[in-house]
Amino acid sequence: MSSETKQILTTDGIPLEISLKKAERKNKIKAFLLVAPLLLFLIITYIFPIGEMFTRSIDDKMITNMLPKTFKSMESWDGKELPSEEVFASFLSDFKILVEKKEHGKLAQRLNKEKNGFNTITKKLFRQVKRNKIDETQSIKEQIMKVHKRWRNVEYWQAIKRTAPPYTSAKYLKAMDMYLNEDNKITQVSEDRRIHRILWLRTVEVAFFVTVFCFLMGYPIAHLLATLPMKYSNLLMICVLLPFWTSLLVRTASWMILLQQQGVVNDFFVMIGLVSDDNRPEMMYNKVGTYVAMTQILLPFMVLPLYSVMKTISPSLMRAGKSLGGTPFVAFWKVYFPLTIPGIGAGCLLVFILAIGYYITPALVGGASGTLISNQIAYHMKTTLDWSFASAMGLMLLGGVLVIYWLYNKLVGVDNIKLG
Amino acid sequence: MALPKYTETRYRIWHYFYIAICTFVFIFLIAPLFVIFPLSFNAEEFLVFSEGMKNLDPDAFSLRWYKDMVYGTKNPWGLAAKNSFIIAIFATLGSVILGTVAALGLSSRHMPFKGIIMATLISPMIVPLIISGVAIFFFMAKAGLAATHTGIVLAHIILGTPFVVITVTATLSGFDHSVTRAAASLGSNPVNTFMKVTLPLILPGVISGGLFAFVTSFDEVVVVLFLAGLENTTIPIQMWTGLREQLSPTILAVATCLIVLSTLILISAELLRRRSERLRGINR
Repeated sequence: MSSETKQILTTDGIPLEISLKKAERKNKIKAFLLVAPLLLFLIITYIFPIGEMFTRSIDDKMITNMLPKTFKSMESWDGKELPSEEVFASFLSDFKILVEKKEHGKLAQRLNKEKNGFNTITKKLFRQVKRNKIDETQSIKEQIMKVHKRWRNVEYWQAIKRTAPPYTSAKYLKAMDMYLNEDNKITQVSEDRRIHRILWLRTVEVAFFVTVFCFLMGYPIAHLLATLPMKYSNLLMICVLLPFWTSLLVRTASWMILLQQQGVVNDFFVMIGLVSDDNRPEMMYNKVGTYVAMTQILLPFMVLPLYSVMKTISPSLMRAGKSLGGTPFVAFWKVYFPLTIPGIGAGCLLVFILAIGYYITPALVGGASGTLISNQIAYHMKTTLDWSFASAMGLMLLGGVLVIYWLYNKLVGVDNIKLG
Repeated sequence: MALPKYTETRYRIWHYFYIAICTFVFIFLIAPLFVIFPLSFNAEEFLVFSEGMKNLDPDAFSLRWYKDMVYGTKNPWGLAAKNSFIIAIFATLGSVILGTVAALGLSSRHMPFKGIIMATLISPMIVPLIISGVAIFFFMAKAGLAATHTGIVLAHIILGTPFVVITVTATLSGFDHSVTRAAASLGSNPVNTFMKVTLPLILPGVISGGLFAFVTSFDEVVVVLFLAGLENTTIPIQMWTGLREQLSPTILAVATCLIVLSTLILISAELLRRRSERLRGINR
């Protein structure tokens, strides 16, 4: 009897292979069903809205829907000289519909964003239309051109044509202080109006230096915590964990008290004679405040991953290094330090990612020179209500974070995230 | 950390320097929290240590800001505290249930597309809060849930689940699956097995994930600022407005209460961590 060729059957007579596959599939579905509720919930309430941010940030359909006939007839226009009678006629009929719906103001606003001067000439045209001054039996082109001299200027018609596509990259360009000029070329805004680029640079700068400060302060104490005997290190660990669990606003509030001009830090400086009483330095509402407060707030996120890595390094390695003739410094640098690199990577990228999206602390202690890009996003969400611009900036920030996160995953691995 | 007798002077100096740096960092970390305590008992309206306080004069200390916090008519701290607790409790419940169930599926070795699903589930933790805030606001506005408790609870479930998923999957990684098989072979149905066998074993992980979710919700201000109306004000929102407009000692009284609360949470989290480490030790 050749058992190799004969199929193994289960008790119900089904081949074992098929039966196993069936069980496997069943297990897969079971596992997936357990994850499904949360996954579905997140996709609907979170992932999908982030996608919606994207469509919102490039959406320019409003004007496309306002002037459907105009854009249709403009398709055959080469854009060099004034458009034909047909374009003028379809523009007028689109415009009349807008006047009826009382939406001509919106049109003027949108066109004025594209090119200055549309507000006035749209209003003039509106008055003519309202008084029924335009005779449709005559040449509409001639009559519109008589309304205002700008209607005779081909640049204004080119501006209208530029708004035709339902999507625009304008918000993204605006976030980088750029815009599309008349020839569809990307141009920088004038020097004194470049505010966003400063904010982006400042955000990266603050995040970078906060990360460096956190590393410089976190490394020694993580080392101390990992090498001290358990009963002391547990006690000192409270110093790291208590701030970690304490409300962000509470910690920001305490920094506001400490750093104010009559505050404890300044009192101390005066007491030890570092500064004179009537010349107390301004430490809040500027970058100093942002740096100090953010470093303290984010420090636990540096110490905890470092500590968990250092805890696994056996002290005998350092002893071996020393006994092989290395000075303590050499032994540290050649043996201990390389072993802590995974912890350094985890800590630094965690702190950097958190710092780059920081909002509350800079808004409270940062003042005007300490605000970051997140504050700008919040400003456009809540004050100017330019949600598409806020979305565009948010997505650019998200893109940056994802690149960093991808690097983090490449270098350290996501699974190394440890929480306390 | 005593040094051996034969240590050279320069290493001795270096060692003391290192200790000094560490001391400075520990003070830097913890001292800001302790500034709030004495100032919240200040009898005066200013946020500086008065002469009386420096001389430990008992008249310079008072409970007036705590009284103001509880009875003050202008301060909606009572409403804020009520809202904060209600929202945090429901958000924690939601996060724990959804997160634990998902973690059970994720740690099954049969789970398909594990990497990408895990990345999706913990994404709210990685995406900067301000972006989460914008996205969640768009959803809630469309669903008509802006400025409702339900909306804020749902938002906090989104933000809290990653912590539960991470802590529970970590606990489950040390979990011996043969015990659930043993339960099944003894005739227990899956739900019963989970309640009687799995859950008690992973409970420390579940609770510590729940604590993270609770703190996240209780402390969350960025997303709530987008979502909350006047009726939904929470403690963080009140603190935020208070800190922006003017620092009053009442805020410090609230802050002191919050520090006490976080100390309690820290103690429970630490106890749980030790218990779960002990349990994992047994499994090995």
